[in-house]
Amino acid sequence: MSRVVVDVMPKPEILDPQGKAVQGALPRLGFQGVNEVRQGKRFEIELEGEATEERLAQVHEMASTLLSNPVIEDYEVRVVQ
Amino acid sequence: MVSSSTDTAPDVRLDTVAVAGTDPERDQPWAALGLKADEYARIREILGRRPTSSELAMYSVMWSEHCSYKSSKVHLAQFSEIPQVTRAGKMLAGIGENAGVIDIGQGYAVTFKVESHNHPSYVEPYQGAATGVGGIVRDILAMGARPVAVMDPLRFGPLDAPDTHRVMPGIVAGVGGYGNCLGLPNIGGEVVFDATYAGNPLVNALCVGVLRHEDLHLAKASGVGNQVILYGARTGGDGIGGVSVLASETFDQSADGSSGPAKRPSVQVGDPFMEKLLIECTLELFAAGIVAGIQDLGGAGLSCATSELASAGDGGMHVELDRVPLRDSTLAPEEILMSESQERMMAVVEPADVAAFLAICEKWEVDATVIGEVTDGDHLQIDWHGERVVDVPPRSVAHDGPTYHRPFARPADQDDLQADGAERLARPATGDELRETLLRLVASPNLCDKSWVTDQYDRYVQGNTVLAQPSDSGMVRVDTDTNLGVAVSTDCNGRFARLDPYAGAQLALAESYRNVSTGGATPMAISDCLNFGSPEDPAVMWQFAEACRGLKDACIELGIPVTGGNVSLYNQTGETAILPTPVVAVLGVIEDVTRRTPTGFAATGDRVLLLGETREELSGSEWAHVVHDHLGGLPPQVDLAAERALSELLVAATGVVSSAHDVSDGGLAQTLAESCLRHGVGVRVDLSEVAGGDEFVALFSESAARVVVSVSPEDEERLFELAAEHGVPITSLGETRGDALEVTGAFGVPLEELRTAWTLTLPAAMA
Repeated sequence: MSRVVVDVMPKPEILDPQGKAVQGALPRLGFQGVNEVRQGKRFEIELEGEATEERLAQVHEMASTLLSNPVIEDYEVRVVQ
Repeated sequence: MVSSSTDTAPDVRLDTVAVAGTDPERDQPWAALGLKADEYARIREILGRRPTSSELAMYSVMWSEHCSYKSSKVHLAQFSEIPQVTRAGKMLAGIGENAGVIDIGQGYAVTFKVESHNHPSYVEPYQGAATGVGGIVRDILAMGARPVAVMDPLRFGPLDAPDTHRVMPGIVAGVGGYGNCLGLPNIGGEVVFDATYAGNPLVNALCVGVLRHEDLHLAKASGVGNQVILYGARTGGDGIGGVSVLASETFDQSADGSSGPAKRPSVQVGDPFMEKLLIECTLELFAAGIVAGIQDLGGAGLSCATSELASAGDGGMHVELDRVPLRDSTLAPEEILMSESQERMMAVVEPADVAAFLAICEKWEVDATVIGEVTDGDHLQIDWHGERVVDVPPRSVAHDGPTYHRPFARPADQDDLQADGAERLARPATGDELRETLLRLVASPNLCDKSWVTDQYDRYVQGNTVLAQPSDSGMVRVDTDTNLGVAVSTDCNGRFARLDPYAGAQLALAESYRNVSTGGATPMAISDCLNFGSPEDPAVMWQFAEACRGLKDACIELGIPVTGGNVSLYNQTGETAILPTPVVAVLGVIEDVTRRTPTGFAATGDRVLLLGETREELSGSEWAHVVHDHLGGLPPQVDLAAERALSELLVAATGVVSSAHDVSDGGLAQTLAESCLRHGVGVRVDLSEVAGGDEFVALFSESAARVVVSVSPEDEERLFELAAEHGVPITSLGETRGDALEVTGAFGVPLEELRTAWTLTLPAAMA
C-alpha cells in the first residue's frame, strides 16, 4: 500500500476569490502582516501496492482529468509513504 | 515583447517611444498577435514610426474582429437607416454607446443589451459563462442604470454528445452562480440543441437595467485636468489574449490556455461578490453626481477603456501605468494593457470631486486609484517607469480600425437545400400515429421541459419578477407604486436562418416580438446577438449580410429600432459553421404588470381559440428535425403586418383573455401541451377548422403569427370583436376540461403521460 498526495492550486495568474476573502478576513480578526492568501485543495490517495512509475502516471492522469481543471489550475503529485 | 516578462530586468529591454525611434526596423510579432501585414503597415503609417510593443498590443487587441467589427461593420451600418425612435419617442442613447437607452414613460428609461461569450465558455465552461454575465451587467451599469434582470440564450451540441455533457453543466452553473450571487433574477432565455453547435456552444448573455432620465451617463473623457480613476478589482495576468481567443482564427491553439503573450492563461475568473460591490458603489457615485464619464472594462481591458474614453472626449489622456494596482507585480506594461481581469471600471472625475469619489469607493471596500488625467493634447499617452510606452491618436485605436469588404456569395447548395422541402416526408396517418408523434416531440431535446436548467437560476430574487420561464417572455416590475413594467424575450430558430437567412432573421424578430406581446406588453426596441461562422467563408458572409438586411427591413416595417448588440464570428468547428444564429431580443413595456396575460390554461370551462392563420409549413420544423433528421425547403412565410396586428390585439385583449401562449417550435401540438401542463388543466380541441381539417398539419406546422388564447365563455364575444377590429383570423378550437389533451376524432393523452414524456428528457440525459 502506498499513499500519494495531489495538491491542486489556482494558477498564479488566475484570480482566487476564496483566497482573497480569507486574506480580507485575517486583518479583521487581528492577524497582521499577511501579503497574500491563495486557497487550493489537497487529495490523499491510497493506492494498492507500490507507487510505481506506472501507477504514478495514472495518478497524473487522474489529476489532469478529474482532480484539477488544467485550464485554471496547476497540480503537484508526491508520494508520502 | 512576448518574452519581456520572463526577463529578470525587463526595464533594460523596455520598448519605449524613444527606443522605437532609435531601433526603427526591429522585428515585431504582429502576425502572432493576429494582425495582417497591411494592418501592421497601416499602424506604422498612422504613427509615422514602428509601434512600441505596448502600442502593438493595444492595436492588435482593438483591431481584432471582436473589438473592431472589421468584417461585420459594413453590414451593420444599415441599422442606422432605421429611425432611432420608439413608440415613446426618440431614443435617449443609441448604437455606439455601451448599450442603447429607451424612454418607457413616468420618467423612467431602460437599457438592455445581449452579448456573446461563446469561445471562452467552450474553453472553460463555468468561468466563461459566469464572466459573460458579469461583462454584460457592467455594460448596463456603465449607462447609469441599475441592473434588474438577466437572461441567457444558450445553444449546445446534441444532447447525447459527450462534449455537451462537459460544457452544458458548467455553463448553466456558471450563469446561475454569477447571476444568483449578484442577486439578479434570470427571467428567461433559450436552450437549443443542434449538431452544428458541438464544439462551439453559444452562450449569449442579456441584461436589463433601469434608470431615471436624469441619471443617464455616457462614456467620454472631457474637461482638461479631469482625473482618470480605475476602480474595482486589481489587475492580474488573467485573460491576457482573451480577446484574441474570442475572435481567434485558429481556436484550437488556445484551448490549452497556452496562447497570448508569455503563455498566460487566456481565461478569466470572475468574482460576483466583487461585482455586487462595484454595482452598489457605482450607483452611489452616480447619485452623488461626481461622475463626468465612465466606461466598463471588458474585452481588451485598459487598452479599450483608455482609447474609447479618450476618443469620445474632446482632448487627450495621460496615464501612469505604474499606478495601476496589480495582483501580480511581474506583469509587463503590454500585459497590463491587455489584461482582462474582471470587475473593473474606469471613471473620469473633476479634480474637486476626487476625494469624495475615493471616499465612496472606500466605503464599499472597492480599490480606487487615480491613474491619469485628461489633457489638452490629442494623443493618448501612457508612461511606465517614467518612460513613454504609448503615444497614439486614441481614435486610431478605438474607431479607425480596418474595415473589410469581405466577399459574400449565395452558397452553391442553397438552391438544392431550398428545393428539398419537408412537405414531401412521410407523415403520421392515424390517430395513434399522431399521438406517438406528439409524445416523441414533446420529449425531444429542443421541446422538452427546461426546468433542469432554469431551476439552477434564481428567477424571483428582488421580488419584482412577474413572469419568468416557462412563460413566453420574462417580465419585471419597474415601479412598485404604478406597476409599470418591462418584458423581454430572446428568440432564434437557426434552422430557419439556414434555409433563408433573410427570412430567418425576420422570423427570430417576429417570434420575440410576439412573445413579448403575449404577456400584454407593447414591443419597443430590439438588441441582437449575431452568431455566425467564419467571415472568410463567402457563404457565411452571405448568411450574415442577408440576416442584417432582413433585420433592418423588418425593424423599419415594424417601427422598432435596434439599440445595440454584438457580433460573434468564427463560430465553427473545422469547415463546419454553426447554423446562422441571429438571436433577437425584444423589449416591451406594460403600463400595469398586474394586468399581464399569463401563459397556460388556468381553469376548466374556458374557451380555447387560435389567433392567426395556419399554412402547410413543415420545412425546418421540429417535426422534420426530430422525426426525419431533415433540414431543407423554405422556412414559414414572414407576415410582419399580421405580426403587428396580432401584437396589437394581444395588448388590447389583456384582461379579456385568461391566458395566451405563442405557437412556434413544435407547432400547435407543443403550444397545447405546454398550456395544459402549466397548471395541469386538460383540453379538448376539434381541429376541423384549422389547416383545412388536416390534423397533422394543424398540429405540427410552424406557421408564424399565431397564438393560442383561452377566454372565459362570457368574454368570448368581446374577443371575437377585438379580433375583427384588428383583422386577426380567429378559430375556435374547443374548451379546457378534464385531465387529458384530447383531439376529437384522433387521440387523447392523459396529462400525466404527457408530463412524464416532457419532463424526463434533460434529467435523464444529465444524470
